Amino acid sequence: MKIASRIYLILLYVFLYAPIAVLIFFSFNAGRSTAVFEGFSLKWYGEIIHDSATLSALQNTLVLAILSSVIATVIGTAAAVGIDRMRSKVLKSTTMSITNVPMMNPDIVTGISMMLLFVFAGKLLHVNNVLGFGTLLIAHITFNLPYVILNVLPKLRQTDPHLEEAAQDLGCTPFRAFFRATLPSIMSGVFSGLIMAFTLSLDDFVISYFVTGPNFQTLPLRIYAMTKKTVKPDMYALSTIIFFIILILLIMVNISQARAEKKEKIHHRH
Amino acid sequence: MKKKTSFFARTAVAPHMVWAVVFIVIPLFAVIYYAFTDAQGRFSLESILQLRDYIPTIGLSLWFGLLSTAICFILAYPFAYFLSQKKDSQQKTLIMLVMLPMWMNLLIRTYSWMLILERNGILNKLLTLIGLGTPNGFLNTGGAVVLGMVYNYLPYMILPIYSVMSKLDNNVIQAAQDLGGNRFNVLTRVIFPLSLPGVVSGITMVFVPSVSTFYISQKLGGGSFLLIGDAIESQFQSVNNFNLGASLSLILMILILISMAIMNRFTDDDDAGGLIV
Repeated sequence: MKIASRIYLILLYVFLYAPIAVLIFFSFNAGRSTAVFEGFSLKWYGEIIHDSATLSALQNTLVLAILSSVIATVIGTAAAVGIDRMRSKVLKSTTMSITNVPMMNPDIVTGISMMLLFVFAGKLLHVNNVLGFGTLLIAHITFNLPYVILNVLPKLRQTDPHLEEAAQDLGCTPFRAFFRATLPSIMSGVFSGLIMAFTLSLDDFVISYFVTGPNFQTLPLRIYAMTKKTVKPDMYALSTIIFFIILILLIMVNISQARAEKKEKIHHRH
Repeated sequence: MKKKTSFFARTAVAPHMVWAVVFIVIPLFAVIYYAFTDAQGRFSLESILQLRDYIPTIGLSLWFGLLSTAICFILAYPFAYFLSQKKDSQQKTLIMLVMLPMWMNLLIRTYSWMLILERNGILNKLLTLIGLGTPNGFLNTGGAVVLGMVYNYLPYMILPIYSVMSKLDNNVIQAAQDLGGNRFNVLTRVIFPLSLPGVVSGITMVFVPSVSTFYISQKLGGGSFLLIGDAIESQFQSVNNFNLGASLSLILMILILISMAIMNRFTDDDDAGGLIV
């Protein structure tokens, strides 16, 4: 039984990693072919630097991901605080259900619904080519918001409201009391919301595809345009680099989490 | 205790409220508006009536969605169970390894499947070695489309099921064993019912993107397996019939709402399981 379960786990991991392994393998191919390996070469890794369209798409992706995740984190954290303190249950659940719509709806519906709004607004305001960076940023903030709120809310439920009340009784304004007393204790939730928003934005294709214009391309959109013909192997090289950066980041997060847990355990013993 | 929501809390939530109304609620009304009007903006049922031509497309999407969800469940359930039986330190690494592929772009991973499945691809070459190759390869088949869906959304099934399983109280399982339950009985009568919330959220997390995909069917189906997502995509990106596109989106949304309502009947606990990532 034990061996069977181990074999099963291994087989599924092979399935999950097979296409990634293929990409990494062909990123080192000397030739252009994706069927025959013509010898080991780092050629495509060097080629990235000369692929200006891909580089600018990468830059666009990063700018968009940073801006949208930071803005969504600020709006979303504030919103979570407000939602957490809402007295009316009806209002609370209505707000939550509306917030969750982009998470529940298929991406394609979220994408086209926003596109229709932008096009409609463009018509009303007589603006041509309304789609572009601005609409992309709005869309990314919108689909990031529920993830930030859902990461922050549980932390708020765990914090002691008396702490902030005490700060206010001691003369802090509500604003200051929040920053001094509550924010530090929900920071881990805010941070994981930010990271999640960032990665979602980085990887989004479907929603971006509908709300962007011809002048602004992100990396997933560029990959999509490439897959219509053939993908240049430098894209495999770039994907391989990104893959390993994320792998390293994940390992670092895991190690720091393990350390924090250890610390907490020692703390509890005292 | 204060009765009314404080000024501070109201101010904090206000920007989000405005944002959600403008960019979530109004766009949904825009979909309805476009679905019930014609190109001149007049009220019309034409796009809605045209949906009749898309009944086979919608049927195929539902069928592929159900199939890939079922396969994901069959693959993920034992996987999550075996994983939850591992040592805690191992579990963390193994679950990270499940999430890692999701950070590589979906498009490029799907493209990579094209390389594996095509006539001169790796899979066919390997199979030819043992005399099982096919002259046409595996690309552009319905099977390839379902495979792409299973591959891309399998982690969405594994993660919620695992998250429930890893929190199961081992004492309950032990008690069931002590009371004479054999492996099979313990699994079907104790573990499975307790893991149901995870299963339900896994099913919705796989079904929704599978039913609405257009990319996977385009690349792995070679254009011969049009799904509702493909129909919507072409109305907006090439045909430019926004009204028909909107009415297709509306029906997709309604289908998904119905299936979620059905799924929610299986659990009354709406925040268990859920997202762990």
